[in-house]
Amino acid sequence: MRTPLTVRLFQSLPRTAWLALAIFAAIAWIAIPAAHLLLPESSALHVSAYTVTLMGKILCYAVVAVAMDLIWGYAGILSLGHGVFFALGGYAFGMYLMRQIGTDGSYGVMLPDFMVFLDWKELPWFWIGSDSFLWALFLVVAVPGLLAFVFGWFAFRSRIKGVYFSIITQALTYATMLLFFRNETGFGGNNGFTDFKRILGYDITSPQMRLVLFGLSAALLIAVLILGRYLVTSKFGRVLAAIRDAESRVRFIGYQPTQYKLAMWTLSAVLCALAGALYVPQVGIINPSEMSPANSIEIAVWVAVGGRGTLIGGVIGAFIVNLAKSFFTVSFPDYWLFFLGFLFIGVTLFLPDGVVGLWRKLRARRPAAPAPTGTAPAVATEQPAADTPPPAASTQGARA
Amino acid sequence: MSTAMHDTIASSGRASDSRVLRPGELDLTHKVILYLEDISVSFDGFKALNNLSLTIDAGELRAIIGPNGAGKTTMMDVITGKTRPDTGKAFFGQTLDLTRMSEPEIAHAGIGRKFQKPTIFENHSVFENLELAMKTDKRVWKSLFAQLTGDERDRVSDTLKRIRLQAEADRPAGLLSHGQKQWLEIGMLLMQEPRLLLLDEPVAGMTDEETERTAELFVSLAGQHSLVVVEHDMSFVEALGGQVTVLHEGSVLAEGSLAKVQNDPRVIEVYLGR
Repeated sequence: MRTPLTVRLFQSLPRTAWLALAIFAAIAWIAIPAAHLLLPESSALHVSAYTVTLMGKILCYAVVAVAMDLIWGYAGILSLGHGVFFALGGYAFGMYLMRQIGTDGSYGVMLPDFMVFLDWKELPWFWIGSDSFLWALFLVVAVPGLLAFVFGWFAFRSRIKGVYFSIITQALTYATMLLFFRNETGFGGNNGFTDFKRILGYDITSPQMRLVLFGLSAALLIAVLILGRYLVTSKFGRVLAAIRDAESRVRFIGYQPTQYKLAMWTLSAVLCALAGALYVPQVGIINPSEMSPANSIEIAVWVAVGGRGTLIGGVIGAFIVNLAKSFFTVSFPDYWLFFLGFLFIGVTLFLPDGVVGLWRKLRARRPAAPAPTGTAPAVATEQPAADTPPPAASTQGARA
Repeated sequence: MSTAMHDTIASSGRASDSRVLRPGELDLTHKVILYLEDISVSFDGFKALNNLSLTIDAGELRAIIGPNGAGKTTMMDVITGKTRPDTGKAFFGQTLDLTRMSEPEIAHAGIGRKFQKPTIFENHSVFENLELAMKTDKRVWKSLFAQLTGDERDRVSDTLKRIRLQAEADRPAGLLSHGQKQWLEIGMLLMQEPRLLLLDEPVAGMTDEETERTAELFVSLAGQHSLVVVEHDMSFVEALGGQVTVLHEGSVLAEGSLAKVQNDPRVIEVYLGR
């Protein structure tokens, strides 16, 4: 008897996880919009535009972290170039945003400002169709997806693994950054895209649009967590974890590891790209520095801090690191990089399984702790059955 | 890949009707399941295999012995596609050219391998180890939506019973004892439903009792499967009771019953040294 896919999707998360996601959705879609729009600015519970944008931005980062965990935590492939997929997704959608400016740019013509500045008379061929929203969405998925597929195809087929793979991904993002820095490439050079005005004709700076983008980011994160959880508990996920642990054995029992890695790698890249496409209209700018090698390394730090191979760890890590970052860069701008370095070293030394690992260890130490209904073991080795309880707590905590 | 169609004229054990062979299917018309001829492999000038020729009959249980460096593991690497021979032929049945197939293709064709050091998936449960090894469509798309049927569950529990790990089904495989890991790996091989099993030192690290049970298991598998067992433990080889091949410096030194081989002066010389 086969169980329908919807039911299996539902069953792949424990009940507490669904509850946590529901609470999260209620906060993101009801509580925060209400607090932003309805409460007066004088109210203590008012959520400012700055906070909404910051949270929306971190939600996009959280999606990237979960995508990173899927490939690093569950397939053992450390990518230090995931920023390139995030940025390409942002650029693909940014092209559409540039075209939406219309004649409201500094020069008052249909051509994007930087092209006028370069004395270009018409759009380059690869900008054709960029005024269409649907075409932009297609590019958001297709361009990073294709790049990941081709790159992964060659790398995995040549059985490039471990640190070599990580270094090549660094080179990929660095090379792409240099390419995008050039004005001739046709993406605005080192200034990138900015001064966006509209999406689908609606004002991009309006509070409503801000909340829509924020809500979509939350929806994307929820979808990615559910999808990710389904993947890692499916047979596909078990094969990937087996490849991570003993690749040659997997080959001898008849699986093609290349195809499995390629599938997860490409999916992970596409998820990053979607996050990038939502990130750009919220922060209002995209430029090549998003592809700098340091940015990609930071993504790995988020996952390491939160806990590898847990999915929710990426979300927690993205929130902890980025909230700390926005605090430090405002209050002690000179010390941010020191803090990041200490954080990474500290986590590696003292919390090898990240915050989620620490939480599980604490829970395992208290045998008498009242177990939430229907949760599975506290100590999960490979398949974290009870990994979702912390999310609600942490994301709520971060927001409070 | 050869798409030659063979009519089975002689009785192929299964039926006497003439059967058309599909590409990729194992052809056992001449009762030979594995055929190695003049295989040579060298690594940086060192000849690991030197004109090795060997045939294994369908249903046979063959033990392979030989001193360290005789080429036993390299031979298994050639058969499973891990190492390509410099020269020579390697056929699985009459038609499948092993030198031109990838490792997963060879696994699908029906050759299962147990490594010297038990390689199991330590983070997966015992049950999941067997599930992953089970013969089925192993492409990505199928795995994404795969669900165990009742029949498949039964097959996993049958194997669990056979390798005596029923009580450990839900434990992570990494927590098993060494002997149990060896058994689990044998169980994974059985789940693949291979026609030919290659077993590299399967009883290393097992207790005497476990070794005895392993021998019983292998003897019971012969006939339905063909087995090639590399082993140093002579009492185990004796318990298997089949033909014995002695490898030395990359080629076959002697072949025959254990008693015959043990009395061969060349074998004695190789083992005892000059």
